[in-house]
Amino acid sequence: MKMVGEFFKNINRNKVMLFMVLPGALWFLFFSYLPMLGTVIAFKEYRFSRDGFWASIVNSKWVGWDNFKFLFSTDDAYVITRNTLLYNIAFIFIGLILSVILAVILSEITNKRLSKIYQTGMFLPYFLSWVIVGYFTFSFLSSDRGLLNGVFESMGIESIQWYSESKYWPFILVFVYLWKAVGYNSVVYLASIMGIDRSLYEAAMIDGASKMQQIRAITLPLLRPIITIMTLLAIGKIFYADFGLFYQVPRDSGTLYGVTNVIDTYVYRGLKTTGEIGMSAAAGLYQSVVGFTLVMASNYIVRKFDKDNALF
Amino acid sequence: MSQRKKKERDFHNLSTPMNISFNLIAGIFSLLCVFPFLFVVIISLTDEGALANNGYRLIPEKWSFSAYQYVFDMGDSLIRSYGVTIFVTVVGTIISLLFMSFYAYAVSRKSFKYRNFFAFFAFFTMLFNGGLVPTYIVVTQLMGLKDTVWALILPLAVNAFYIMILRTFYSTSVPDAIIESGKIDGAGEFRIFLKLVLPLSLPGLATIGLFSTLGYWNDWFNALLYIDNPNLVPLQSMLMRIETSMQFIMQNASNSSLSLEALRSLPQDTSRMAMVVLATLPIIFAYPFFQRYFISGLTIGAVKE
Repeated sequence: MKMVGEFFKNINRNKVMLFMVLPGALWFLFFSYLPMLGTVIAFKEYRFSRDGFWASIVNSKWVGWDNFKFLFSTDDAYVITRNTLLYNIAFIFIGLILSVILAVILSEITNKRLSKIYQTGMFLPYFLSWVIVGYFTFSFLSSDRGLLNGVFESMGIESIQWYSESKYWPFILVFVYLWKAVGYNSVVYLASIMGIDRSLYEAAMIDGASKMQQIRAITLPLLRPIITIMTLLAIGKIFYADFGLFYQVPRDSGTLYGVTNVIDTYVYRGLKTTGEIGMSAAAGLYQSVVGFTLVMASNYIVRKFDKDNALF
Repeated sequence: MSQRKKKERDFHNLSTPMNISFNLIAGIFSLLCVFPFLFVVIISLTDEGALANNGYRLIPEKWSFSAYQYVFDMGDSLIRSYGVTIFVTVVGTIISLLFMSFYAYAVSRKSFKYRNFFAFFAFFTMLFNGGLVPTYIVVTQLMGLKDTVWALILPLAVNAFYIMILRTFYSTSVPDAIIESGKIDGAGEFRIFLKLVLPLSLPGLATIGLFSTLGYWNDWFNALLYIDNPNLVPLQSMLMRIETSMQFIMQNASNSSLSLEALRSLPQDTSRMAMVVLATLPIIFAYPFFQRYFISGLTIGAVKE
């Protein structure tokens, strides 16, 4: 009794704060926690019931691990896992190298106004949606009107049916991703280069160090912590693909699925086009669980390097 | 990099050849980033006939404004999509700022007894999520948001990561002493938040607000999932739909007279590119603000407590 009284007293004492937290808390409940409970449908043969959400979940038949067994008995599970991982690995490492090189270059350019102008340009793709980027790509790759085939034609090279030849797409996707992300990331690194104490460079100059030596001995070592952390955090998200990139840029072209299908697009198509809801939910849960493990693991490693920059 | 090693020892600046090559690299990359947009602008200003003969060209044979003319004549559906996008962006940004600033402020206050619980409640959603299928079912079946404008607004309203950023911002830029002084003057918690805390936290809110605005303006995914009603289609999603129906007609071109008819009813290449330009222009105009706040947002600091 006393504890209940205490509880209500606490509620009353914190009522303004609780009121402020309420809308957000409800949002998390509906958009995050209920879907977490909803992952049980990965273990069910899901049937939409007219009596609404709870009835659908309760009335659907339990099938245990069947959805997972189906998923992993097909080639799909292997293909989507491989694509998701390999693309993300390429994005992380090539992206890192290019962004750091660009950030160093931007920081060294003598004319600061020019450097600002370059930054403004390379920041732009980050602000555009994948739909727009999809149109951009199309203006280059369209088989009858695209710029690339036009150039090929004028040089007497046979034109290419870009949207049905899967062998080019790993390169195209990596290129488009880098085009969109490198500018933004290099500005992140540039911000931390700007935070480096200038007197270090002055001391190095007095000792006669060249610019290259300065970059190697001062800039890069001082960037190492942020590079490590950004990379490890990215590795924590390696099981999640950028849906827009893999859906919009190849224009959902079926002949390209072998190299463009990733976990996220697979789940989407299972839900919206093929209607294999159970299997799609199973793939989604597989992604969430492995993703969770990877976030925890990479955070554990970040903590070992640098407690301040760990996520938690 | 190593072939470009210094020839001379310049103590203060880059050697001239290196400065030139650095400028070239950065300049070319920067141009590469802007080029596709310029190219699409050029296509949209090309004469449709010239386009049919030559394909997309950097320097068109014949310039023309007819694509824009067509888009403005077409009017209705484009204007409606613009309207949907603007409504969703404005209302969405307001709602998400309201929800997130309240939540983050409460969680930042040491006097709030349940702050750790609610901080974790938000934080955990960054680590684990139910995935697309259960979310879709909750939104459509439990909340019944399918084909409503709320399906475009609510799913993007709250983001745990932004709450973390805002909380850090409150706890570093709003000193406890100010809140205490408000209390001594007899102001209630709400008054303190509105009169004392909000003005101090405007830079942080502006940054998060711009992130939200951009997220709403560029969103097509929620429309893809939840919207079938043509009157509720936002701009980005409309661009996507035109493209999809083009492809559908191309792929099913067996009945050629019928598909030709259908093709003619859709906007031509130049008009579609004109729509792409019109969907991007607001971002280009807002760009200077975005750039400033995004960079300050990057340096807003560690997310952690």
